[in-house]
Amino acid sequence: MRPEPQTTMPTDEFIKGLWRENPVFVQVLGMCPVLAVSNTAINALAMGLATTFVMLMSNLLVSTLRNHIPKQVRIATYILIIATFVTIVDYMIEAISLELHKSLGAFISLIVVNCLILGRAEAFASKHRVVDSVLDGLGMGVGFTLALLCLGAVREVLGDGALFGVALFPAGFEPWIVMILPSGGFFTLAAWLLVINYVQQRSAAARERAGELSR
Amino acid sequence: MNAPHAVPSWPMYRTLVGIGMLCGLLIAIVFQGTRPVIERNRAAALERAVFAVLPAATRRETFALTAEGSFVVETEATGRRVHAGFDADGRLVGVAIEAAGMGYADTITLLYGYAPAAEAIVGIRVLTSKETPGLGDKIETDPAFLDNFIALDASLDASGTALRNRIVTVKRGQKTAPWQIDGITGATISSQAVGEILATSAAHWVPLITGQLEDLTAGATDDAT
Repeated sequence: MRPEPQTTMPTDEFIKGLWRENPVFVQVLGMCPVLAVSNTAINALAMGLATTFVMLMSNLLVSTLRNHIPKQVRIATYILIIATFVTIVDYMIEAISLELHKSLGAFISLIVVNCLILGRAEAFASKHRVVDSVLDGLGMGVGFTLALLCLGAVREVLGDGALFGVALFPAGFEPWIVMILPSGGFFTLAAWLLVINYVQQRSAAARERAGELSR
Repeated sequence: MNAPHAVPSWPMYRTLVGIGMLCGLLIAIVFQGTRPVIERNRAAALERAVFAVLPAATRRETFALTAEGSFVVETEATGRRVHAGFDADGRLVGVAIEAAGMGYADTITLLYGYAPAAEAIVGIRVLTSKETPGLGDKIETDPAFLDNFIALDASLDASGTALRNRIVTVKRGQKTAPWQIDGITGATISSQAVGEILATSAAHWVPLITGQLEDLTAGATDDAT
């Protein structure tokens, strides 16, 4: 277990989701939408923002009501709250853009079963103050969105020769179609995990060396 | 073993019912708030699609098919309806028809324009589909595929009750006849599904429309007066 920092600033709850405890690259949670909806950058961005909204609101409500929810029915209550905000986000996306709603399809409703959101409600929001829970939800959501964008951008560039729908290569470019298929999601995720783990191990080793020197 | 500790049930009821009601209220508010916008978006999308599949039209009128098999100007939403497009002089340029069928991932619904004068399908627009992004969804974006529907033959045979030639999707580059659709490599099932949907729907609607052309044109004159 990693030793907890002695003092936690409120901003730390936000920042930890971006890198140190990134939901996708470090916790490897919520893999269903990560692999399924990261085929283009715009889908990844929309999915990330929708998930962020749901996580933020469910953390807010769960944390507010945390002292009134008996522990026997807590999971049912969390699912109820999460499902409500997913339904709300579904209506909102449909009102904002039918096109986007069309391309995200069934995956919006599947946010309900994203283990990341339930995980944050159970592991964090039910035990912490409202402010910390909101920052945690926001941080995790932004971290999730960034990770989805990392995958979506790579997959769209390689698999479709475009980024956010704007073609990047001359007409002769033959797109690498496997990258926008489900298997491409696994390849891209594996490559990103490799890079992130390598960087994190390097920086951990560097910290250790610095610690030995200062002793 | 100890007897299980008795858990008071009232707090559980209170929590679940209370939060359930709160959630229901939230959903109802958002539903009421977004419904007009969503309906406006859908109507606008249909409107755009009708004019996209009937490029010559400047005005549209929705007709419902009655049980007797004639067309009347639609007054309330019914299941079986078509959208007739008229040009600036009030002449019927074509009929936009909604059709649906099974694609690769889920049901594909599309709108196509049938021009009675040309006896051909003159445009197509996918309304909803969940085809694989990047592959199956090329049925909406691939320009070479969409070129198939500028003049896709849908003429009736001598009896006037069936299409002379069934609309079929063929492999890319193998189109030889005006009733064939040049498919998409990598989206074989989706492009075949489009052909199948058009074949089934046209076989049903084209004889009806051709037989009742005067209903559609008369409906427009009634409306104009």
